[in-house]
Amino acid sequence: MSSTGFLYAAYIATWLIHGVYIGMLARRYSRLRHQIKELRKGE
Amino acid sequence: MIARGVIAGEMKRAFPILAVVTAILLAYAFYEAIWVAPMERTMGDVQRIFYYHVPSAWTAFLLFFVNLIASVIYLVRRNPRADAVALVSAEVGVVFCTIVLVTGPIWARPVWGIWWTWDIRLTTTLVLWLIYVSYLVLRRFSDSSQTPKLAAVLAIFGALDVPLVYFSIWFFRTQHPQPVIGGGGSIDPRMLHVLLINWLAFSCLALVVCWARYRLELLQREVEEVESLELLRGVPQ
Repeated sequence: MSSTGFLYAAYIATWLIHGVYIGMLARRYSRLRHQIKELRKGE
Repeated sequence: MIARGVIAGEMKRAFPILAVVTAILLAYAFYEAIWVAPMERTMGDVQRIFYYHVPSAWTAFLLFFVNLIASVIYLVRRNPRADAVALVSAEVGVVFCTIVLVTGPIWARPVWGIWWTWDIRLTTTLVLWLIYVSYLVLRRFSDSSQTPKLAAVLAIFGALDVPLVYFSIWFFRTQHPQPVIGGGGSIDPRMLHVLLINWLAFSCLALVVCWARYRLELLQREVEEVESLELLRGVPQ
């Protein structure tokens, strides 16, 4: 791999890690909203 | 109570503004790192990994420091909000530390000819990551009421590794280069400018993510509290 290839790999890896984490947070948030909806239904 | 509500409302309004400012700052920092920063003579373009690798490390250290302070506050005052801050800062700190451990070997391969070496800087960074991952595992899988206390103590031990990581290249001969600021190394002022812009951008990103994660944590705790109350009352779920 060329020098530029390694550079792109590092930058892509950085954004991929941030993206995966933010995606996990979004999924947790939507699950929590669903849980809240269920609790309100039960009231 | 009213003041707290006003502050919470202000913070809610400020969040989208901060998120937009962070996105613009990150785009600008990327542009500076790729197109504006001068090319390093010996390493060439691959040296630009520096603008993501170093700010991520500094941000991780900052978050682990916040984790230490919040953990001490929790141990002294038993404040659940301090416990939530400790959890959130450790989690986001692990994300940034993971980036350091991934971008480091990608940079090392073309420059040193190897992906990894058991050098003191690299090893202490891996140990730091493992300590905070174990902190998160403890938080995730232990249901005991003592968990926040145990985690706070573990966080204090974990924080002891941060200065060891930082100063390891000052006191030991290592494969890793000398620090560019305050150490034996030197840096072109234009490179330093780009480095600091990237650090500012990543710090803002860390703040935005921590903020969102903190709100999520508080909401999660409220839901768990309501669920356990409903269980006690015998209301079917």
